[in-house]
Formats: sequence, C-alpha cells, structure tokens
Amino acid sequence: MNKQDQDVLVVKNLKTHFFTEDKVTKAVDGVDFKVKRGETLGIVGESGCGKSMTSLSIMRLVPSPPGKIVDGEILFKGENLLDKSEEEMRKVRGNEISMIFQEPMTSLNPVYTVGEQIAEAIRIHQNAGKKEAWNKAVDMLKLVGMPSPEKRAKQEPHELSGGMRQRVMIAIALACNPELLIADEPTTALDVTIQAQILDLLKKLQNELGTAIVMITHDLGVVAETCDKVAVMYAGKVVEYTDVDSLFENPKHPYTEGLLNSIPKLDEDVEELQAIRGSVPSPSDLPKGCLFAPRCPYARELCHQSLPDLTEMDGEIKVRCWMHTEEWKREDTPITNDKDQTDSDKGVTLYAAGNS
Amino acid sequence: MFVFIARRIFQMIPVLLGVTLVVFLIMQMVPGDPAVLLAGESASDEQVQQIRSQLGLDEPVVTQYFTYVKNVAQGDLGTSIRTNRPVIDEILTRLPITIELAFWSILVTIVLGLLAGIISATKQYSFSDISLMVVALLGVSLPNFWLGLMLILYFSVKIQIFPVSGWGTFMHVILPALTLGTGGAAIVARMTRSSMLEVIRQDYIRTAKAKGVKERIIVYKHALKNALIPVITVVGLQFGALLGGTVLTETVFAINGIGRLIIDAIRMRDMPVVQGTILVVSIIFVLVNMIVDISYRFLNKRIDLN
Ligand SMILES: Nc1ncnc2c1ncn2[C@@H]1O[C@H](COP(=O)(O)OP(=O)(O)OP(=O)(O)O)[C@@H](O)[C@H]1O
Ligand code: SF4
Ligand SMILES: [Mg+2]
Repeated sequence: MNKQDQDVLVVKNLKTHFFTEDKVTKAVDGVDFKVKRGETLGIVGESGCGKSMTSLSIMRLVPSPPGKIVDGEILFKGENLLDKSEEEMRKVRGNEISMIFQEPMTSLNPVYTVGEQIAEAIRIHQNAGKKEAWNKAVDMLKLVGMPSPEKRAKQEPHELSGGMRQRVMIAIALACNPELLIADEPTTALDVTIQAQILDLLKKLQNELGTAIVMITHDLGVVAETCDKVAVMYAGKVVEYTDVDSLFENPKHPYTEGLLNSIPKLDEDVEELQAIRGSVPSPSDLPKGCLFAPRCPYARELCHQSLPDLTEMDGEIKVRCWMHTEEWKREDTPITNDKDQTDSDKGVTLYAAGNS
Repeated sequence: MFVFIARRIFQMIPVLLGVTLVVFLIMQMVPGDPAVLLAGESASDEQVQQIRSQLGLDEPVVTQYFTYVKNVAQGDLGTSIRTNRPVIDEILTRLPITIELAFWSILVTIVLGLLAGIISATKQYSFSDISLMVVALLGVSLPNFWLGLMLILYFSVKIQIFPVSGWGTFMHVILPALTLGTGGAAIVARMTRSSMLEVIRQDYIRTAKAKGVKERIIVYKHALKNALIPVITVVGLQFGALLGGTVLTETVFAINGIGRLIIDAIRMRDMPVVQGTILVVSIIFVLVNMIVDISYRFLNKRIDLN
C-alpha cells in the first residue's frame, strides 16, 4: 500500500470566508492537514480560530450565505469533495464521514425518539427496512454503552441526560461505519467524569471499527489523551502540524509554546499560569505579517512585514514561523515587542486551553 | 396523558358554568321586557303578567338563573318566541351547516396557511416569499365580508362559476369557505414562516444534514413537526375568530346557519334563541380550545404541565 492510499483525508490550503455586508471574515484561511486510516488528528486553537468552520467545510455544511469555501482542496480517499454535487455529498455525509457536535443538549430532534434518529441514518445509507434499521439502532445504542438500549431507543431526547445524548450522537455518527469521524468538541459541554467516559468510548470504538478521527478541541488534555497528530490553528491558519509527542516535548511555534505554558499543572500555583498576552486578532481585521506577531515574545521586524509559510521541518512536522527559516538567521533587527511587554502583561486574556 | 385529558375535561365544568352565567347576565341587562315582546304591543297588562309568571320572570334573579342552568343541563334551552319551536331544535337544524362551513374554512386556513408559510420560509427573501407575505398582510387586514362580496362579484356574477348564495352542493361551500378561511390562513402563514425560520437554525437540523438527509425531508419531517407546535395555538385562536366570522359570512352568502340564526333572532328580539345560540357557540369554542390544548400537549411532550 503506498502512502497516498493510507491518507483518508487530505486538506490542502482550505479557505472558507464569510461575506457580510461590509466585510469579509476569513474564518478559515489556509488550512492544511492529513489524516491517515485509523489515526486521530487533533485540531486545537483558541475560540474563534476556525476549528468548527474547518470541520463544517469538510462536510460541506458551511452556512451559506454568508459562508463560502473560496479555495483549496478536500481530498477524501483521493477524491475532491469540493467537486462533488450536493446529491453526491449526501451519500458521503453520515455514511463515509460523520460528525458529532459540541452541544448534545440541542443536537437531537426533540420530537422524535432517539431510536428513530439513529435508524434514519441506517435507512438512508444502507437501504434497510424499518424493522431492520430499528434493530440495528438498538444494537448501536448497546455498542455505545447505553444501559437498557431497547427501552432507551423508544425515548425522546428530553428524557436523557447530556452524556447519554452524546452517546446517542456517537451512535448516529457510527451507525453506518464511516471511515472518518469529525468530533467537534464532543466533551466540552459535559462534566468531567462524563467527559472521560465519552473519550474512552470514542477510543474504544475507534480501535474496534478502525475509524479515523478528527478531534477538535481547545483542551490540550484531550489532545494528550486521544490524538496521534495535531494541527494547531491560529486565526484561521494552521501554524504547526506535528505529532503529539513533539507537540508536548518540543513545540516549534511560539503560539504552541504559549498554549502549553497556559495549562495548569497540578504542582503549580494557578497564579503562576502564563497566559498569552493580548488577544486573538479579529478574522475580519488581520495584521499583515505573521498573525501572531502582535502577541509573540520573539517577534522581529520581519514578522510584522510578511507572513511566513507553513514549512516542513524534520519528518512530517510543519511550522509557520520565521524563527525556523534561513531568513531568521540573516535578520538581526531587535525584538520589537520587548518594550511594551510589561504593561500589556496586565489585562491578559486568559488562554482558552484547558479553561472551559 | 390520560390523566391530563381527564383533568382537562374536568376543568371545563367551571368554565361552562361561567359561560352560562355570563350569557344569563347579558340577557338580564338587555333592555326590553321579553314578556311584553311576546305578548305583543296591544296586549293588556294582565296578559303580560300572565306570560311573565308562565316564563318564571317574576321569580328572583338567582332562582331564575338556577332554573336556567337546570334546564340547560337537560338540553332545554327554552322556546323560540318567533316560531314557538324549542330553541334546541332551531339550533340543531342549523348547526350542521355552520359546522360544515367552519370545517372547510379551517381547512382553507390550515392548508393555505401552512403551504404559504413553508414556501416563504424555505425560500426566504425570494420573490415568492415576498409576494406571499404581501398577500398575507392583505389577507390579515381585509374585512371578510368585503372579501366575500368581491368573490361573489367576480366568481359568481362576472364569470359565473360558483352560485351566488345558498347551500347544499360543494360548489356552494367554496366561496364562503375562502371568505372565512383566508384571514386565518394569512395569520397561520406568517406564524408558520417565522416558526420555520426559527427551527431551521437549530442544531438538530444541522445534525440531520450531517446524517445525509434530503433537503425536502429535513423541511417536512425534521423542521415542520417542531415548527407546528406554536402554529397549533394560532389555529385554535383562529377557530374562535372564525366562529365570529360565520355571522357575517352566512349573512353575505345567505346561508341558513347558526350565524344567521343569531342575527335574525337579535333583530326579532327572540331572546331565548339568542341566549341558546350564544351558549352553544361558546360551548363549541371551549371544546375546540380543549382539543387544541390536548394536541399541543401531545406534540410537545417537553412541556411540564404541573
Ligand atoms: N455565520 C457567520 N457569519 C460570519 N462570520 C462567522 C459566522 N460563523 C462563524 N463566523 C466566523 O468564523 C470564525 C471561526 O468560527 P468557528 O466557529 O470555526 O470557531 P471555533 O474555532 O470553532 O471556535 P469555538 O472554540 O468557539 O467553537 C469566527 O471567529 C467568526 O468570526
Ligand atoms: S513568525 Fe515571528 S511573530 Fe510569528 S510566531 Fe514566528 S517568531 Fe513569532
Ligand atoms: Mg467551534
């Protein structure tokens, strides 16, 4: 099997913009990553950096208008999803690529039983009859660890807790045995013990079914626990694409470094947490050079002038930062952000990772 | 569910008693002595007095009320002054006509209203959306007797496809049902539109899309059932307005239903008939409200009733 075959999903230079009355919001603006068969890719980044829009773009479900995929390729098993008709996309959704969402409380239709909602996916994609689909739905509930699945299948969502609803969402998503599962912050809305259960469940099912997972989160703990590869996003762009060990041991991008410093460690006082100073630039009003430059402790004149490319370092690691380029060595202008460091240190926005 | 329905029926008793009280009191307050009316202008005082005691009008008001409630409970609504027939018979011969008219009208309200609302919502800001909503705005503001007259002028007099007035065949039903139903249809259309637009933004619609459900099924299965919940209440309210509307519509189209019975009875000061008809219409209204409530509850099990 060659390398191409192993990549379930390859996203190249994806750009999804929102066109509103007076401005263009570049929610996703140059995203590249790959997901191999059975592998878990984490997408991390602060709120609003375009994680959800990236995943909705893959599903071709970006709210339109105002949203539009303006550039890039989304190769799923070698075929560009952006070339597919709506009809063809419907055969992919829920069948070959599934998605679970952040809000289990509102993601299920309140007027149908959960059994019906699982069975619907099976009936659409597997040509199954009513009875057959229902039985399979009950099996799926059993698979996701729902107690007394026959009884639960006949209940409506309002009769279930948040954790159980998320199990139902997982059952819907995996009902047709998809090759790729996109989980958009699947545990953010749940409390801690339930979070762990849901993550364990996803890992277990992934092992059983061999599903590739795109795990969107802003919780680096979730990344450490579930992911093989990680794409770090900042203001609509991937700034670092690496494997999970290098991410924690040897972060290359100053933003990734900042993210890691902002995780509370058990033996540290919370007050010593280093939040990244400043805040994310608005996607409709981006700085012209490196997007992180206004907040970066290493920024030089070069960084403010022009945007670095996502460049390959050793192996599969890619970084979008001048620091790791030849130009950086030649450049010797002083660090521009140094002087205002002290006053802007106050009033920092506390970092999204691990705090919600 | 059963407990809920039983309780809802039980709750109707005080409401119905209240209705009889209000109807009774209104009749008490209407100027003019029914005994005088019944006896005629030329009758002597003794004759009037005799009729009065015959009807129990010389009893204290409270006694009169209890007698009235007792009679009503036994299905006795008194005797028509004009025709001398029992009021209940007068009503029962005309009620089916009005019920038929109301049925077709509410069907017009629901079918036209839902269709227009759904089309508008799924094609928001399109030409069809805007034109439908302009028509709906007109529909809400046009008085229905005027609409009735216009329909008669055009369809019955000018191009002559429907009869001008009367009752009996399906052709007779169409214009009055349109007249009576369009006002409600307009309101239902606007309600359906806003309710659909609200529902289409919900997360569970996104989930359905992510499952690969067809657009049409998303609209008619996933969205509509949720969007209908608030619409049902509006339809219930429209039914009340529609009962009121039968009075004018039946008059315009010369249909011998309950509406015209009331008008004629008022004109003739046939108080027992007026009283009886209002009572029956009120009971129908209360019953319909109960049905709306129960179906609302049935569709929306998330509502906590306690
Ligand atoms: N309907 C919309 N109209 C205009 N802009 C939008 C719309 N939806 C999203 N955006 C823009 O897209 C950007 C990215 O949003 P997205 O939901 O992908 O963020 P996210 O990374 O998933 O954040 P979170 O962690 O809060 O879920 C937002 O900053 C917002 O400005
Ligand atoms: S390019 Fe410059 S500003 Fe941007 S992250 Fe690298 S060092 Fe910081
Ligand atoms: Mg999101």
